[in-house]
Amino acid sequence: MTISQVSFGSHEPVLDVKDLTVKYIGDTRSTTAVDRVSFSIGTGEVFGLAGESGCGKSTIANSIMRLLKDPAKIAGGSISFGGKDVLAMSPEELRRFRWQDVAMVFQSAMNSLNPVLTIGEQIVDIFTTHAGYPRRESLRRAGELLELVRIDPARLKSYPHQLSGGMRQRAVIAMAVALKPSLLILDEPTTALDVVVQQEIMAQIKELQRELGFSVLFITHDMSLMVELSHRMAVMYGGRIVETAKAQDVYATPRHPYTQALMGAFPPLTGPRVPLTGLPDGVKFRDIPDLSEAAPGHFVAPVGPDASAVDTALLEGAAR
Amino acid sequence: MSHSVLSSSRPDISTKIPALEIRGLAKSFPTGGLFSRESVRALHGVDLTIGRGEIVALVGESGSGKSTLARCVARLERPSSGEILIDGVDVLKRDRFQASRAFRSQLQMVFQDPFGSLNPAHRIEHFLQRSLAIHGKGGGSGEETQRRLEGLMTTVGLQADMLNSYPHELSGGQRQRVAIARALAVEPQVILADEPTSMLDVSVRIGVLNLMRKLRDEQGISMLYITHDLASARYLADRTAVMFAGELVEEGESLDLLANPAHPYTQLLVSAVPDPARAGSYDPVRRAELRQAVMASTKCEFEGDPNQACSAEAPVRHLVGDPEDRHWVRCHLYQPWAAAAGHALAGEPTQPSRPASNAQEEASA
Ligand SMILES: Nc1ncnc2c1ncn2[C@@H]1O[C@H](COP(=O)(O)OP(=O)(O)OP(=O)(O)O)[C@@H](O)[C@H]1O
Ligand SMILES: Nc1ncnc2c1ncn2[C@@H]1O[C@H](COP(=O)(O)OP(=O)(O)OP(=O)(O)O)[C@@H](O)[C@H]1O
Ligand SMILES: [Mg+2]
Ligand SMILES: [Mg+2]
Repeated sequence: MTISQVSFGSHEPVLDVKDLTVKYIGDTRSTTAVDRVSFSIGTGEVFGLAGESGCGKSTIANSIMRLLKDPAKIAGGSISFGGKDVLAMSPEELRRFRWQDVAMVFQSAMNSLNPVLTIGEQIVDIFTTHAGYPRRESLRRAGELLELVRIDPARLKSYPHQLSGGMRQRAVIAMAVALKPSLLILDEPTTALDVVVQQEIMAQIKELQRELGFSVLFITHDMSLMVELSHRMAVMYGGRIVETAKAQDVYATPRHPYTQALMGAFPPLTGPRVPLTGLPDGVKFRDIPDLSEAAPGHFVAPVGPDASAVDTALLEGAAR
Repeated sequence: MSHSVLSSSRPDISTKIPALEIRGLAKSFPTGGLFSRESVRALHGVDLTIGRGEIVALVGESGSGKSTLARCVARLERPSSGEILIDGVDVLKRDRFQASRAFRSQLQMVFQDPFGSLNPAHRIEHFLQRSLAIHGKGGGSGEETQRRLEGLMTTVGLQADMLNSYPHELSGGQRQRVAIARALAVEPQVILADEPTSMLDVSVRIGVLNLMRKLRDEQGISMLYITHDLASARYLADRTAVMFAGELVEEGESLDLLANPAHPYTQLLVSAVPDPARAGSYDPVRRAELRQAVMASTKCEFEGDPNQACSAEAPVRHLVGDPEDRHWVRCHLYQPWAAAAGHALAGEPTQPSRPASNAQEEASA
């Protein structure tokens, strides 16, 4: 079984990323932000992507959307969506692809709305431009979308700066689901939402997703939320995937030391306060090898003999 | 001191003038067009005190006024009424001139949106250098400054070569750490941190929280830590305050408050913390009950207590449990103002319903 064959739902993946490598080429600093990354997402599947800050998650999302800008170069690999080569799409094809096939909630959602247009104008614009609905119809739908994300439709008249951080995030989520794309990319969509609103909105997305059968690429640092919502997930470190399996398996038996640190490092909600440490200084994984199958459907990057002898001892300290 | 291993090193905070005292803070924003009379009430009668060297977490509903509160204290927004005392001095009465530089060396804010808060035209170095200048450490030899800058980067887990980067070259979490470093470099007396760690992976986040605690322990910096992450509030903050619809509804020692939440909204919050061990346990019926209790409570636990009279008119604060925990809850009979800031719970039906709304179904027709 190869990694790209493992997917929830249908056997035909909606999205298939193979050996993707992305570099940022600068005068002072060049980074390989994504390094030979492969994964696929099946129809109706929620796929989670976790990993350390700066490991390349948003870069992958932007690559799929074909939104990478200049110093960024796709140095290798392929991305296919519904059998089509995304990297070869014409500008015309891309326009359709972006709103109707794939929609994304950017990590910068709070800051990505147009400041001079009201929320209502921006949502209505999606409906009139991309779906061809008349204005009045679009306005009605815009109001419904805001209700879906728990915002009073009266706020259609508000400008982005008049909304709280979380309300802006919610408005952007509403816009992303407006056209019912077949793939929804959520890059840290709920950082500014309280857990009650977060739970309700994610439950709604999940419900919609079941109903309409779209797929989701879900990026978050909230491991609990990720495990709750994703069918499968991958954990990245330094541009590489270090582990991928069913989300419940990653949660129950994390195998890579970095995954173990991630799963073990959150402060508990009960019991005494116990000091925690993050990854201890000096624990760095380099030259991460390709994944190998450690258990059925559970792929892990092997950790070298030196690394495992030194690092796992340290990491156990980190995890508790 | 009773519950915690960590708080034993906490400096004695009870006897001195508080670092920050907020009294009766209120703020309304006009909405709609330029000449419209409509307004949104973002804050209403908020009283909150942060002792010297104390860390207070502010949690609550999205849109409940947390950022507005911080922005008022940082003088980025003019309150409609109320007093803000820093070190016992009402900052709203101080003149503009005094307000600027001296004020910034006294109080720093970490903004909620790391993508909007760093001017894209400058390199990272610039932001940190300016902070050092405010702190009066901008001078000195180039080498010394460079060493300080690199030290700051290391403290927040960033590589020193990123000093030359522009904000757009950094990931979300990297920007958040620059924003934190920028505030720390000033070594102010008070830091207002608005969701400073929301985009960091847990392992880096713990490092940043530990750093914040260390600054408090070693330099007595006081902090308001705004977060949606209840576990980190519990981990870092001495006390936690809960905000709902522009008002505080409960406050207390963090461990005690989260173990014994007394207000229905706090209970709702605690019940909604994601937990993979009980995945799929989202219960719309229980949710509707709590929602009902938040929006239209008909009873209060303290009804009939001769020492703590209830009131539906005034926001009475009932004392919960051991007085040492300074844990209070607003009387349940007092109702949130219906028109407050259009909060998320307000628009919802109180009847249990399927999570997916019918609106969306219609929209797909
Ligand atoms: N325009 C750019 N120029 C140079 N380097 C960049 C640029 N954009 C991103 N990078 C670098 O590429 C790496 C990956 O960034 P990316 O935004 O994909 O991380 P991420 O996994 O989304 O992190 P986070 O969780 O913090 O958002 C980071 O080290 C970042 O500094
Ligand atoms: N400049 C403004 N003009 C009009 N209304 C505003 C303005 N700033 C904030 N508001 C309103 O005030 C209320 C409180 O907003 P605030 O940003 O303080 O919430 P918050 O608690 O920080 O929420 P979040 O957790 O989502 O960031 C919201 O209803 C918001 O729409
Ligand atoms: Mg990112
Ligand atoms: Mg806010």
